[in-house]
Amino acid sequence: MAVIRLVGVHKTLGGQEVLQGLTLDIPRGKLTTVIGKSGGGKSVLLKHVIGLLKPESGQVLVDDVDITRLGSRELNDVRKKFAMLFQGSALFDSLSVFDNVAFPLREKSTLSEAEIKDKVLGMLNEVGLSEMGHKFPSELSGGMRKRAGLARALVMGPEIMLFDEPTTGLDPMLARTIHELIVDTQKRFGFTGVMVSHEIPEVFGISDYVAMLLDGVIVAMGTPKEFQATQHPVVREFISVGRRGPKTAHEGPFRRRSEHEGR
Amino acid sequence: MVTTVVSGVGRRSLRIVGEMGRMMIFLISTVSWMARPPFRVMQLLKQIHFIGVKSLFVIVLTGIFTGMVLGLQGYYSLRKFGAEGLLGSAVALSIIRELGPVLSALMVTGRAGSAMTAEIGIMRITEQIDALDTMAVSPMQYLIAPKVLASVLVMPLLCSIFDLIGIYGGYLVGVNLLGVSSGAYISSMESSVEWEDVYGGFLKAVSFGLIISWVCTYKGYHTTMSAEGVGTATTEAVVLSSVLILVWDYFLTSVLM
Repeated sequence: MAVIRLVGVHKTLGGQEVLQGLTLDIPRGKLTTVIGKSGGGKSVLLKHVIGLLKPESGQVLVDDVDITRLGSRELNDVRKKFAMLFQGSALFDSLSVFDNVAFPLREKSTLSEAEIKDKVLGMLNEVGLSEMGHKFPSELSGGMRKRAGLARALVMGPEIMLFDEPTTGLDPMLARTIHELIVDTQKRFGFTGVMVSHEIPEVFGISDYVAMLLDGVIVAMGTPKEFQATQHPVVREFISVGRRGPKTAHEGPFRRRSEHEGR
Repeated sequence: MVTTVVSGVGRRSLRIVGEMGRMMIFLISTVSWMARPPFRVMQLLKQIHFIGVKSLFVIVLTGIFTGMVLGLQGYYSLRKFGAEGLLGSAVALSIIRELGPVLSALMVTGRAGSAMTAEIGIMRITEQIDALDTMAVSPMQYLIAPKVLASVLVMPLLCSIFDLIGIYGGYLVGVNLLGVSSGAYISSMESSVEWEDVYGGFLKAVSFGLIISWVCTYKGYHTTMSAEGVGTATTEAVVLSSVLILVWDYFLTSVLM
């Protein structure tokens, strides 16, 4: 059953129609990954799911509530179900790692400071940052910042987790560790996960469902097995390029498109 | 050719009107979030420290030299009419009515206003503001409202310190350096400065505090998503705040006179 449904979503940014009637169902309790070209609107899609952006037309339904029609107070109530791991982690520079993770608890829970401390230390331990609580985000490596961001996102026990390219800018070993951490926490906490990524083939190994965003619409969606068996030429090309790495000169659909755009 | 010019002017006008509308909505939204609990006292105190306490040095420095230069200029101008005894009155009225509020506001714009825009702009481009939204914490309430309220509260205090130091600067030059009688300096000031002058100066300081924080937080909040965007937003914020302070000063003075 779908916990999030996007229906006919249109969005124009900077004069370009980024989402062109996008429709997508996100199943409950599963990890769904949306893949697609860089700059193709994947992050825009994610920001629509949590109400950071509003579509020009279409619906974004979370548990059958259309969040595009909600006022700020009602939207904040819906957002309590969510947490998001941003591409650059979006930790607050002025707060230590401990205070960053404690932030949502201090803001939105009625726990005492002692209970918050226990919970934050436990969460930092879960993501392997137990000794790093006193440090500031600027003192952490990229991987550590992602872990701290993940700890902050998970600390409120969200029903829905959004991951915006969680492994961008990390080396392959670290990327794998973050992926494993995501799968591990998803299994343990049982949240519905929505991830946008272009890490192919890694996402096939960790996702329950994979969808591809192309030209502002979802062109294919299914389990990793179904997805890889698709006959859609552009999807096939995208998967094979992802597996082999970028090629030099090949007459694939992307090649033809870019030549066409260049004229 | 004519159509191009007309459509260019039209586009520009629409953009300006649109921007003014967005700024007004931003202000109304800030004020409405200010009135809603939870009241963020710690954030407010932090901002009072940042905008007020940390601006003290620059306010004292500009205040003393403004007063000293007024003492010097006033003395030589008044001497032409044999009215050196009115130096206290000239320095005090200039500072309390005009220079205190305006110069302290311009100093705060340069020191704290630019930092506000840069801080909020960087939070915007690094998605920290989006992160607040996703945690159901209103950035308007958490970030913007304490800055605006602190600025409005702190500006009259900074202005009064500027006034005091400036008058003392004039006294130093007039009495200690140029030989005006101390009694004449104080008594001329006492007889000419009225409550309306002080009240008018404070009213200006409060409104300048609102202008600085409103423009600077707005520009930071709506910065474009690049480092260059933050730089541009900071420049625009300082220029627009400074210009608005001077324009608003004229209108307020004409009403208060």
